[in-house]
Amino acid sequence: MDKKIVLLKDTSIGAADKTKEYYSLILNLLRDQNLQDSVQVVRVADIGFYDQGLVLKILPGQVTYGRVQESDLLPVITETIQGNKVLDRLALEPNEKQLRIVLRNCGQIDPENFDDYIAADGYAALKKVITEYKPEQVIEQLKASGLRGRGGAGYPTWMKWNFARQVKAEQKYIVCNGDEGDPGAYMDRSVLEGDPHSVIEGMMIGAYAIGASQGYFYIRAEYPLAVERIQKAIAQAYEYGLLGKNILGTDFSFDVEIRLGAGAFVCGEETALLASIEGKRGTPQPRPPYPSIKGLWGKPTVINNVETLANIPVILLKGGAWFGKIGTEKSKGTKVFALTGKIKNSGLIEVPMGTTIRDIVYHIGGGMLASKGIKAVQTGGPSGGVIPKEFLDEPVDYENLQKLGSIMGSGGMIVMDEDDCLVDIAKFYLKFCVEESCGKCAPCRIGGFQMLSLLENITSGKGTASDLAKMRRIALAMQKASLCGLGQTASNPVLSTLKYFAAEYKSHIEDKKCVAGKCRYLLNYQIIPEKCKKCGLCLTNCVFGAITGNREQGYILDPAKCTKCGRCYEVCKFKAINKG
Amino acid sequence: MTEPKLSEDIKKVVEKWRNKKGSLVMILHEIQNAYGYVPRETSLELSKYLDVPLARIYEVITFYNYFKLEKPGKHRIAVCMGTACYLKGAPVILQELKELLDVEEGHNTKDGLFALDVVRCLGCCGLAPVMMIDDKVYGKVKKEEIMNILSEYGKEE
Ligand SMILES: Cc1cc2nc3c(=O)[nH]c(=O)nc-3n(C[C@H](O)[C@H](O)[C@H](O)COP(=O)(O)O)c2cc1C
Ligand code: SF4
Ligand code: SF4
Ligand code: FES
Repeated sequence: MDKKIVLLKDTSIGAADKTKEYYSLILNLLRDQNLQDSVQVVRVADIGFYDQGLVLKILPGQVTYGRVQESDLLPVITETIQGNKVLDRLALEPNEKQLRIVLRNCGQIDPENFDDYIAADGYAALKKVITEYKPEQVIEQLKASGLRGRGGAGYPTWMKWNFARQVKAEQKYIVCNGDEGDPGAYMDRSVLEGDPHSVIEGMMIGAYAIGASQGYFYIRAEYPLAVERIQKAIAQAYEYGLLGKNILGTDFSFDVEIRLGAGAFVCGEETALLASIEGKRGTPQPRPPYPSIKGLWGKPTVINNVETLANIPVILLKGGAWFGKIGTEKSKGTKVFALTGKIKNSGLIEVPMGTTIRDIVYHIGGGMLASKGIKAVQTGGPSGGVIPKEFLDEPVDYENLQKLGSIMGSGGMIVMDEDDCLVDIAKFYLKFCVEESCGKCAPCRIGGFQMLSLLENITSGKGTASDLAKMRRIALAMQKASLCGLGQTASNPVLSTLKYFAAEYKSHIEDKKCVAGKCRYLLNYQIIPEKCKKCGLCLTNCVFGAITGNREQGYILDPAKCTKCGRCYEVCKFKAINKG
Repeated sequence: MTEPKLSEDIKKVVEKWRNKKGSLVMILHEIQNAYGYVPRETSLELSKYLDVPLARIYEVITFYNYFKLEKPGKHRIAVCMGTACYLKGAPVILQELKELLDVEEGHNTKDGLFALDVVRCLGCCGLAPVMMIDDKVYGKVKKEEIMNILSEYGKEE
């Protein structure tokens, strides 16, 4: 029997993770069958299916089983692993709307095993590039591919590389931006953890194209496993002579080191990131000069996002023209999203550019969680905006999302339903930006703070008619006058919710109502006498003394004393308290 | 956790990084990892050792959220305030923790048993709202369960 690999992951939502338990169960069974040497079992971080219980994938052959129970394990081993027979009752259909380029190896190979990566055509692109291509040819391939940066701005990668290539300097650098700042996303982390070598390979190809001899991985310290996997992969690459001097006998030499981020969102911005690598406070600098001319320690430096780099090896292996056929006219390839919110299947997805939001939410995400209707989809995190449900059939690409008032961003995609208050969401993102502002320039530092206090007023019933105009003015000033992208884009969530959900702002301001019931200070609690059983539980639970009365006469709630904590509403067993 | 017995440890760390450019942040990471915070005495020693002003070291420490100046509580509670968790009720969870433990985020409880932190997406949004205590992940946390969860981390151990 050929050597087989079993990948496993518990994809259940809301239950304890049984991956470890099943891992041991499978190992034991394999030992019983005397198969321990010919079958390798690997626990993976992402297996491409979500909410399908315990998922097993058997390689080679690519059979995937879902909702596997303990009693299924023996038949899987004897019939599929030994007998090459597919058990139809367990087999999962691959999700045909997805296309895996960036995530091609995630969940398919053991990320800590160098041979696995090699077997998946690993470093073949690097070899081809450094032995057959001139740097110009690499850039030509990239130009043909149409690849644009996946870190947010969507700048054509070939142009960035070309600038840096044309600058004459004895030292150049390439940096991988693994600072993943969007507070609701984890795409880059999954790639770093699941396929570290592909990012290193992408970086090396970039280094060759621009003429850099030193690279840095800048990774968030909050991602210890990603750091560990990259560290291991770098060590393996050195061991096999793929890093260091005269790689594969060519003139190309390249070294890589890791630098850790330390919990500052602004360090995702290019100039701040470079300052941080230099060991300083991560505050942005005015651009130009752009890093590709004057970057790390004053030397030409290219900064690329993790996902951008993970695309590179495939493009060079299959050709820029191949990649250029996937996607829409101006947005090529695929995009990875961390799809979450009020949908059935939360998880990482990868779709060709141009897939509609509807397909993503309903076919891949499995539709909405509760019976509540969809309200909007947020993309681009704190620099992005919301797309209301009227635009579900719009295709997802850079131009189109921008046209709709949002951005592609790095890949957060959050689905919201009728229970979500868009004013509250805008406040959430703006608060994030205000907390993360480095404070260097006034428009961002002061403008952000002022806008946030207006939003806080609005959500606590103190909004006035002139607030919306004030917010628009501040937003404009921040966009125009802030030094870096953080301040320039911080008002986007506010502007886009204002654009589509102005009525919701108005009802907060004029009627002091939050239809979604999210904004605590706009809620009113009332005891409904007809339903009240006079048990007195609410009185003992209200620590603010807002409820008075006794068993005979019943209880009343004094709105003037009520702090809207909601305790009474929760404790009443008879649903006799109205919230609204 | 060992109390900062500085000189030797610091020397080792510094020597490892001495010849690298811009290593201050990485040295601070190593210190933070070893002690769970960056003790003031360590910064003082580091300043002498590297011959950089103390102000320069503090300037860096205070810029980055990851570095702590206070010794952390015994168990670290990290409440996820990522977008998905926020939508699914994380603020309620945080409020409940603050009330039960009588502590503000970013600080330790008076008895030093817990440190309460707010973090961004932990990468398991499907389980939102999520919190972690030390290395253990609690998914789909309900307000009513928190008391029970906390009681697992009793004073004795
Ligand atoms: C405030 C701010 C935060 C950012 N955060 C990230 C991030 O977490 N990851 C990332 O790759 N790019 C981030 N960017 C964009 C980067 O500055 C940069 O454009 C990107 O890494 C370039 O790589 P790409 O061309 O491959 O997209 C951020 C930008 C700003 C202004
Ligand atoms: S825009 Fe904000 S984050 Fe950027 S430099 Fe100015 S204050 Fe700092
Ligand atoms: S807890 Fe409910 S039933 Fe009991 S007194 Fe209060 S409102 Fe009435
Ligand atoms: S937002 Fe909390 S785990 Fe992703």
